Amino acid sequence: MTPGRAFRVVGQSVRRLDAIDKVTGRARYVTDLTQPGMLHAALLRSPHAHARIRTIDVAAARAVRGVHAVVTSADLTWCDPYFGPAFRDRPILAIGVARYEGEPVAAVVAEDEGAAAEALDRIIVDYEPLSAVTTLEEALAPGASLVHTDAPLAGHFADLSTLKPVRGTNVCHQFHLERGRGAAAFAEADLALEDCYYFPRVQHYSMEPHAALAAWDEESGLTVWASTQNPYSVRVELAKMFRVPLSRIRVIVPLLGGGFGGKTYAKLEPITSALARLAGRPVRLAISAQDAFRTVRRCDARVRVRLGLRRDGRLLAAECVADFDVGAYADIGPRIVQKGTYTATGPYRIPNVVLHSRAVYTNTTPGGAFRGFGVPQLAWPFESLLDDAARRLDLDPVELRRQNLLAHGEEFEPGDTPVDGKFEESLSRAAEAIRWTQAAASDRGRGVAMMMKASIGPTVSEAIVRLHADGSATVLASTVEMGQGARTVLAQIAAEVLAISIERVSVATPDTAMTPYDQTTSSSRSTTLMGRAVQEAAEDIREQLLRIAGEIIDAPPAELVLDDGHVVARGGRVAYPALLTERFGMGGGELIGRGIVAPGRSRAPLGGSTPFWEMAVGAAEVHVDEETGAVVVDDYVSVADIGRRINPQQCEGQDEGAVMQGLGHTLLEEMVYDGGQLLNANLVDYRVPRAEDLPSRIRCLFVENGDGAGPFGAKGAGEGSLIPVSPAVGNALARLTGVRFRELPLTPERVWRALRARPKP
Amino acid sequence: MPATPTPSSSSIAFTVNGHRHALEVPTHALLLDVLRDRLDLKGAKRSCDMQVCGACTVLVGDAPVSACSYLAVEADGRELLTVEGLGTPDAMHPLQQAFVDHGAVQCGFCTSGMLLSAKALLDEQPRPTEADVLHHLRGNLCRCTGYRKIVDAILACAAQSGSAA
Repeated sequence: MTPGRAFRVVGQSVRRLDAIDKVTGRARYVTDLTQPGMLHAALLRSPHAHARIRTIDVAAARAVRGVHAVVTSADLTWCDPYFGPAFRDRPILAIGVARYEGEPVAAVVAEDEGAAAEALDRIIVDYEPLSAVTTLEEALAPGASLVHTDAPLAGHFADLSTLKPVRGTNVCHQFHLERGRGAAAFAEADLALEDCYYFPRVQHYSMEPHAALAAWDEESGLTVWASTQNPYSVRVELAKMFRVPLSRIRVIVPLLGGGFGGKTYAKLEPITSALARLAGRPVRLAISAQDAFRTVRRCDARVRVRLGLRRDGRLLAAECVADFDVGAYADIGPRIVQKGTYTATGPYRIPNVVLHSRAVYTNTTPGGAFRGFGVPQLAWPFESLLDDAARRLDLDPVELRRQNLLAHGEEFEPGDTPVDGKFEESLSRAAEAIRWTQAAASDRGRGVAMMMKASIGPTVSEAIVRLHADGSATVLASTVEMGQGARTVLAQIAAEVLAISIERVSVATPDTAMTPYDQTTSSSRSTTLMGRAVQEAAEDIREQLLRIAGEIIDAPPAELVLDDGHVVARGGRVAYPALLTERFGMGGGELIGRGIVAPGRSRAPLGGSTPFWEMAVGAAEVHVDEETGAVVVDDYVSVADIGRRINPQQCEGQDEGAVMQGLGHTLLEEMVYDGGQLLNANLVDYRVPRAEDLPSRIRCLFVENGDGAGPFGAKGAGEGSLIPVSPAVGNALARLTGVRFRELPLTPERVWRALRARPKP
Repeated sequence: MPATPTPSSSSIAFTVNGHRHALEVPTHALLLDVLRDRLDLKGAKRSCDMQVCGACTVLVGDAPVSACSYLAVEADGRELLTVEGLGTPDAMHPLQQAFVDHGAVQCGFCTSGMLLSAKALLDEQPRPTEADVLHHLRGNLCRCTGYRKIVDAILACAAQSGSAA
């Protein structure tokens, strides 16, 4: 069945629901919102990476005109001040000790931001600096000073019931998994090779920095407008901390100015809510881009990979030992570590595998979720080492990959979802597009890399669709619109099932008092899981319409179909409004459809099977300026197997953005620390990709076999295409120059030095 | 030289999107804050605070400026254009239409600045090359789209208005 004939709205690049608001300046984000009587908050941050807080003198700050409250942890004894999804290890404001440079230690609430800033200057904190651990090496050294000394409290993330902190060390979680005969199998390998790689700390830089606005009232409790990717996770944190029922906490999420994982789990909502309670007025906290660097970042990782192969290129054994630096507070780090490690060996059939990883605290900005969720840190070494193996065996890197690929329907791990797409087809498309089999120009190098990534399970998405008296519909879903276009896709799905035009569908703003539960907008899961919930809810309405129509139209139920806002059969054609009037005996009632998608627990190693596999290939052609060391990507091809594109233009946009973000950490980006001080927490010193960094040619292609687990055979996209970028570029550079790079980013200086150090021919 | 006390506030008058405003503003007030908080024009966004990202771009005369780093008093007597004055949903500027048609919009936080920066380019150079556009957008970051569709939208808009002329 051809998509064009089968679907009306699905498969069309319909205009984004929010496009016109966004180009005319009407779109509203948290920092555009105000409330009557609203006050402004500002945070005082620790200048030390690790310090005991002896005293905080707030008297002078309280005296500043326009200041309503100056708050320290001593003022927060009325609530439970700890939060965090894995461990509740993060205090609203530092309690007795500051654990990273930039940790909030005090807060001011004032009439305006100017008064708040002035008051911050007048707070006097007496610190006693403590020895700090700011790298993985320091944190793991024997006798290292401990970032946390108390036993951690368990957080709320359902699937982290098996956290394994190692008491007396900075290791807060370990993950171990073996398949086959484990490391013993290396003895049978014709070629064994091993190498160590490093992936840097990088910053999301959502253009909208984090913001929250909180207000308390007696009737409805706490309302928070927040730039968050998961309002329901924020709600459960706030309920615990402020000891109020879930029903009296309302989290509303307007548009987000980007998220990329950095707005998952509670960030500013706890402090803003606490300040609003203390001030007795609505309070808004909007941090700067500089302070976003001190709020969350990607976990850096040091990874050792060992590969064992047969002479013909078959993979026999793989071992991957990874340490992830989760910073001063665990956030969702433990989950990142185990999930990233789980697919460390990529989309390949490897009979013997050993995986071991640790989440390590350091005195740096907390590490959290970031597009790719632990997988980029591991695909970088694994895919690089695969190319080295191909070189050592004198095999073509594409062919070496091809002969080891997992097939459609093949099991990756016992108990988990079998492979649900065609890696082979993706690899062939990428190789063809980059002209793999034709020789590159002498000053150009080409490289490929692949990845597979699990989504999230167990997981829950619930949706409600309302069919109104005039035959238009509203989708109630808590999927957050952060630029990815998910809400447009949900409208397309509802319009398709209900056979109405997309102009007649609206999608409500996420609001925990109105829109039903959704676990999270992350993990590339919304199209698949919330998409299916919306599809089910719309199908529920369709069934109701057919039942009503069956009593009017003289036709067997099986012959009734929906078409352009009508129920149609040979015997007649009735518009939805007429059916609703028939059902209710008056105009005005509406049908409510319900969809709940909840793949539960399974015996898969992460607690639940992945609802789908995200699958992508990258191929790069590069050249390097030997004088400066600058690496230039001339051509980049991304291929993602996403089952079916609901909105082709948006899929392209997602993957083009993913590739550019991947080029950021590949070529440019790294948060640089010196002795616990973050040196480049601003957009001058921390360079993200600009338009001029676009590869001369970039193509984002899709494999569409309609075999995805989501609606109409679609499945998730958006993270996958970022992941192969680093190893594809690294492999291209290695083939061009003969130099293997093991540390990102591939800055001109790093490349220039390595090229200079090459042995002279 | 005797110290002259800096006045804490200044009277300014400027035209924004064709409407004249006379305001008393703190002398140190940033144009971005005056536009957003006093005139309720929320289209210009605050992001990097240091003239790198371009999310706060508005036009003062014909020139794109970063309103986050531009004093409101500097705009005294000038004509300003913000995204709200570029076009409306019923009468969009061709650039706005091109951004919509080409999928050049994702989260939208960079969009206002991108549009005004692009307008300044096309006003000065109606038929830019792709290299011209890439270079001109140095001062406007986008973290979502990867720029490809933004560049395509600007080039398409230039081609279209060129052929219409």
